[in-house]
Amino acid sequence: MNRPANPPMPINFHANVRRVVANPVLRASFRGAMDFLTAKRATQFPDANAFETLRAQGEQIRQYALSRLPDLLEQLETNLTRNGIQVHWAQTPDEACRLIIDIASRAGGGLVVKGKSMVSEEIELNHALEAAGISALESDMGEYIVQLAGEKPSHIIMPAIHKTKEEIARLFADKVPGVEYTNSVDELIQIGRRVLRDKFRDTRVGLSGVNVAVAETGTLCLVENEGNGRMCTTVPDVHIAITGIEKVVEKLEHVPPLMTLLTRSATGQAITTYFNWISSPRRDGEMDGPKEVHLVLLDNGRSTAYADERLRATLQCIRCGACMNHCPVYARVGGHAYGTTYPGPIGKIVSPHMLGLEATRDLVTASSLCGACGEVCPVKIPIPDLLLQLRQQSQGHSKAPQLPGAGSGHKTLQSIAYRLFAGLYSRPALYRIFGLLATRLRAFSPNQQGAWTRSRVPLRPAGHSLHERMKSRNGAKVK
Amino acid sequence: MTPPSVARERILSRLRAAPQIVMTAPAVLTSPAEQSPETMLEQFRRGIEAFHAEVIDARERTWPIVLAEICATKRIATLMLPPVGMVNLQPWLDGPRLSRFDRPIETLKTELFDATNASLTIADGAIADTGTLIQSDPQRMPRTLSLVPPIHICLLDVRHLYPSLQSAVAATRWAEAMPSNLIFITGPSKTADIQQTMAYGAHGPRELVVLLTEDL
Amino acid sequence: MSVALNEVRSYPAKPGDVYLFGTCVLDLFDPDAGVSAASLLENSNISVHYPQDQTCCGQPAYTSGFPDAARQVAARQLHLFAENWPIVVPSGSCAGMMRHHWPRLFEDDPALGPLAASIAARVFELTEFLLHVVKATWPQTGANERVVLHTSCTARREMGTHLSARALLAQIPNVELVLQDHETECCGFGGAFSVKHPEISAAMASDKIEAIEATGAATMISADGGCLLNLNGTLEKRGSTLRGQHIASYLWQHAKDAA
Ligand code: SF4
Repeated sequence: MNRPANPPMPINFHANVRRVVANPVLRASFRGAMDFLTAKRATQFPDANAFETLRAQGEQIRQYALSRLPDLLEQLETNLTRNGIQVHWAQTPDEACRLIIDIASRAGGGLVVKGKSMVSEEIELNHALEAAGISALESDMGEYIVQLAGEKPSHIIMPAIHKTKEEIARLFADKVPGVEYTNSVDELIQIGRRVLRDKFRDTRVGLSGVNVAVAETGTLCLVENEGNGRMCTTVPDVHIAITGIEKVVEKLEHVPPLMTLLTRSATGQAITTYFNWISSPRRDGEMDGPKEVHLVLLDNGRSTAYADERLRATLQCIRCGACMNHCPVYARVGGHAYGTTYPGPIGKIVSPHMLGLEATRDLVTASSLCGACGEVCPVKIPIPDLLLQLRQQSQGHSKAPQLPGAGSGHKTLQSIAYRLFAGLYSRPALYRIFGLLATRLRAFSPNQQGAWTRSRVPLRPAGHSLHERMKSRNGAKVK
Repeated sequence: MTPPSVARERILSRLRAAPQIVMTAPAVLTSPAEQSPETMLEQFRRGIEAFHAEVIDARERTWPIVLAEICATKRIATLMLPPVGMVNLQPWLDGPRLSRFDRPIETLKTELFDATNASLTIADGAIADTGTLIQSDPQRMPRTLSLVPPIHICLLDVRHLYPSLQSAVAATRWAEAMPSNLIFITGPSKTADIQQTMAYGAHGPRELVVLLTEDL
Repeated sequence: MSVALNEVRSYPAKPGDVYLFGTCVLDLFDPDAGVSAASLLENSNISVHYPQDQTCCGQPAYTSGFPDAARQVAARQLHLFAENWPIVVPSGSCAGMMRHHWPRLFEDDPALGPLAASIAARVFELTEFLLHVVKATWPQTGANERVVLHTSCTARREMGTHLSARALLAQIPNVELVLQDHETECCGFGGAFSVKHPEISAAMASDKIEAIEATGAATMISADGGCLLNLNGTLEKRGSTLRGQHIASYLWQHAKDAA
């Protein structure tokens, strides 16, 4: 497959981080973007209690759906098939890509025009299509920009959030034939509109993601603002939808609460411009709509997460991006540093079951466990708890069913350090001697204390420990 | 590559082998209390206007006259109508050239994409709390008619308002018989993908005009 | 860690005795804060008992993915609180560990599980205890003072200590509390995070410090020793004259000034 020469990989997290953190312009622009999104979300949830009630409902709907996942998937398949939508199952990204290539080739599509789909990023569909001689064109404005720049999305909702309008203006002038430099956002959008409109009109195959699939009716629901999603799913002869196996709910009445949580959490809107419920291809007597609709259901590690009762909560996710918008780490390093399809807190908890714990070992530790993500998650995924669990698995200390790469975060030095910690801090007499030595020898505290002293002065113990001071005053009252 | 049927069996059997967690179904979700039609209309108007749509109340007048005025101010030269079911507008509209979406899109693409300024559709109802139009019958209202032309004019009978999406789901028979495509529209097409700056007319209409009527 | 976001806690009447769990950070790096906490309690006629065999709540190992090491350390603390007295902890994150994570750590242990649960129910963070149980009053002293408060994230989200600390400070007549920009954001400490991801941690700390300095407040306080190690270490390295003070030290100073 034709991949970029140096893809940012999660294994290079530290190097990726250093590049970004050192760039004040980039950091300021992330910060501004995150502040904008968090402020917009806040306007949608003015009442903390109402938010708690709504998200408890969201959590319940998702947990209930997951509790019946295999049944609901079968029910979804039955109802979609009855409605005329063809259902395909894929265990791996490779299987999913090949299914899509087959459908597209049969439809005679040399070009696939794509609506926004993070799952298609997850399976690296564009590379696979190109390797098979099929072009892929992103049509969401943000995705289009990112594709034009030869990059990957840095945010699951706002793919081009890392780019300034000047950068985009230069990109368009360089890459789009016949375009002069303009940094008017309106004009830039109209350029994108013109380019893509011809493609919507002439392309045989459209591809989209799915925000939620409804088992009882056999319906695929999509939210979007631009209209490209409706174009991709309506104008071409063939519409291929792709989604993870977790995105199903039982009933139609479960859709409104989840979708209001999604749009409010994601972009601070009560609803998106378009909310598109697709239940079948064009029926007799209808003048438009695709002649074929396909749904590809992707596993890619999700059933592994499902096997672990606690990690299963990661599958509740509705991909709103609020956790990354509120994450102090994401705000400092941006989406690309993670090197994963899904960046930010959600990426840290879903990437291990997609890529294994070894490749993602630096992601699970890259959190101060501050809890901002768990606090805003509209379906109440306990992200910090799951990070803690993944850290245990990464160290090989977990009773839970193992993810690939369990124990790979184990470093001998580190585990010796914690064994020493445990040995010392579980022996009070020894600990007091240690305290005495540390305080008496404080003048000898090293000046270089590894990573700590890169941005801080060395730690230096006090002259007398609290143990000593409390002992000497035991029982004494101040008055 | 494993055959697709094998993939299906393997995925389902992995899921079935996982620990079972038994949960009760989420309680039927409550809809907001009944509201007066005036309140709902007011809410609808405020909601969709916040999403940059223009709302024109044509209840006191003959709506085709109001439509003619809109076509004149917006210099609409070509207006596409749904396949059937609209009163004959020719006598009212002397400005724009009228066409109908009365053939399959395959033979209509050039006209629809490249030679139509505006479209006229009828909403099947609307949702008050978000300010959302509902189009639920692709046979009467082709999907692309509300999407492709740069200006979308939508007629809404104000008697067909639901308090919320949840109440619309409960009040309709969608759950038993889904239309092939159900579309909820809240404002013209937009994007904030360039530096969080809002721009309208991304891929769909740049303008959405809602004409309120009572006699459809 | 999103354990008890909306916990509504009921508080006991003021007791005659409490245990003080000083935390490993204060023990070695800021014993003044621990002594001040004891003094504040004693000043309200509460006898403070400091078990000499205490060491650490086990959090460093726990958050790094070493539950066995954390259990080994925590298990030694469980026997230190034999009397049914409240256990006061001058750190929200350690209190959160003891209150919410000890019961989980020992949930499969038939002997220690119930003990951990009963101890958890008696754990109080210092400001929470002063506000709701001691109900201390704070007399007017000297000139008005602008104070900026930093709350540790686990303390905020597991124990709600930003609220109790703010309420306490609001009771002091001459203290004006100012909030820094991005007040709820993490300072970048996070235990081992600060050395495993030093660049990110440093970036968070410097943003936090800039926000604090921008308030113009001359006094910065926090109820968490960990955050203070991080922030003060960074402030000193930057050559700033501002230093954060533990809220116990600040309050005790205030009580002494008033006397
Ligand atoms: S984990 Fe929660 S907050 Fe993050 S994207 Fe998923 S649903 Fe949204």
